[in-house]
Amino acid sequence: MLASDLPIVLQDVSVRTREFAILDGISLKLMPGAPTVVIGPNGAGKTTLLRVAMGLVAPSSGEVSFGGRLNVPPTWRAIVFQRPVMLRRSAAANIEYALASAGVAHSEWPRRIAELFDTVGLTGLDTRPARRLSGGEQQRLALARALARDPEVLFLDEPTASLDPAATKAIEDVVRAVVARGIKVVMSTHDLAEARRLAGEVVLMHRGRVIESGPAARFFESPDTEEARRFIAGDLLV
Amino acid sequence: MPSDTSALHLVLSADPVLMAIVGLSLTVSLAAVVLATLIGLPVGAALALTRFPGREAAIVTLNALMGLPPVVVGLAVYLLLSRSGPLGSWGLLFTPQAMVIAQTILVAPIIAALARQTVEDLWLEYRDELAALDVGPRRRLATLIWDARFSLVTALLAGFGRAAAEVGAIIIVGGNIEGFTRTMTTAIALETSKGDLPLALGLGIVLIAIVIAVNALAWTARRAGERLAG
Repeated sequence: MLASDLPIVLQDVSVRTREFAILDGISLKLMPGAPTVVIGPNGAGKTTLLRVAMGLVAPSSGEVSFGGRLNVPPTWRAIVFQRPVMLRRSAAANIEYALASAGVAHSEWPRRIAELFDTVGLTGLDTRPARRLSGGEQQRLALARALARDPEVLFLDEPTASLDPAATKAIEDVVRAVVARGIKVVMSTHDLAEARRLAGEVVLMHRGRVIESGPAARFFESPDTEEARRFIAGDLLV
Repeated sequence: MPSDTSALHLVLSADPVLMAIVGLSLTVSLAAVVLATLIGLPVGAALALTRFPGREAAIVTLNALMGLPPVVVGLAVYLLLSRSGPLGSWGLLFTPQAMVIAQTILVAPIIAALARQTVEDLWLEYRDELAALDVGPRRRLATLIWDARFSLVTALLAGFGRAAAEVGAIIIVGGNIEGFTRTMTTAIALETSKGDLPLALGLGIVLIAIVIAVNALAWTARRAGERLAG
C-alpha cells in the first residue's frame, strides 16, 4: 500500500436534491482504529454518508479527502450495501470477479477464495449459484467479496437490517474478525444494541446532520445532546 | 417435385427438393442472426450504458427500426447490390449472401433494441456494485452482457423469428431462383400463387415446426443454464 486512504475527512459536505438536503453541512473525520458506527432513524442520511465517504456519491458542496488527497479511486476501500447484488454466477465466481477487478494474480485465487470463504463461514458453498443462497449467506458472501479487495476501509450499510438473530451474530462475528485484522470498519445501523456491541466510535445522525459523535462509551453513558439522550432512551426521533 | 403429392407425404419422405429449400432457409436465417448478434448486441449494450446528447432520439429510432418494412430493406439492398449500384462490383445480387445481408439489416435492430432494454435493466441493478468494485467501462459491458445472457436469448429468438418468417426482402434480393435462392417463405409464396397448395402447406408445416423446435431448444438451454448459474 503506497499511501493510506485514512483519515477520511468530510469538510462541510452537503448532498442536495432539488427539494431537500440529504446531507446538510457534515464535517467528520474517520480515523484508523476501532469501528465507527453511524446510527440514526431511517432517512437520517446514513446510507448517503457512507456512499460519500466511500467515494461513490459526489457532494453537492464541501470536500472529501482520503489521507489528505482528493479524488482517490476506491482501490483500498470496499462497501457492502444493505441489499447487496449477487452477480448471476456461483458464489466462488462472485469472489473471483472481485479478485480480478482488484488485479489479484490468477494463481492466488484458489488460496484467497478458500481463505475468504473460511473467514465468512461459507466453506463448502463455493459452487452454489450466489442468488440461491439465503439472505444471511448472501450478506456474508458480499462481505467476502468486499474483503477480496483487501481493503483498508470497509463500509457496511445496515448489514444486519433484515436478518434473524443467528444470521446477525454470524455477520457481527465476521465484523469482529475483520476489525481484528486491522481493517477500519465504518458501519451504519438503526439498531442501538448492535451499535453498543460493535462501536468504538458513534456518529448519531438525524435529518441529514450529525447530532453528536464521539467514543462509544462516552456517547452511551453521558451523551451531550438532548436528541442523543432521547435516541438512547428509545424515544422516536422524527 | 410432383405437385399432387400430399403435404404430409412430402414432409415424412424428406423430399430432397423440400430438404434443400429447408436447408437454405435455415442457413440464411441463422447466418443473418449470427451477424445481427455481432452487430446488435454491442450496439444495444453500449447504448444502454452511455449517456450522450440525442441518446433518447437514438433509442426511439432504434425501437422504430424494429418495424422496418422488409420490402423497403429488400429494395435498398437491391439498389446497393445491383450492377449499377455502389456495391454492384461484388456480384452478390440474387445470391444467398445478398439474402443474408438483407435479413441482417432487418434483424440487427431487433436484437440491438431488445439488448439495450435488457442490459439497461440489469445495469440499474448492478451499477452500485460495479462502481464499488471499481470496474472499468469495457469490463462492465462484458459483465452485463454475460450476466444478461439468459434474457438475451429471447432477443436472439425474436431475431430468428423475424428472419425465418420474412419473405419481402429476400424475394427481391434473392430472386427466388430454384435450387439456389429459393427458401421456405419464397417457395410458399410462389407455390400458392401457382396453386400448388400441398407443397406450400408442407413448407408451412416445416417452417412452423422449425420455429417451435428452435424456441424449445433455446428455452431448454436457458433453463438449464439458469439452474447452473442462478
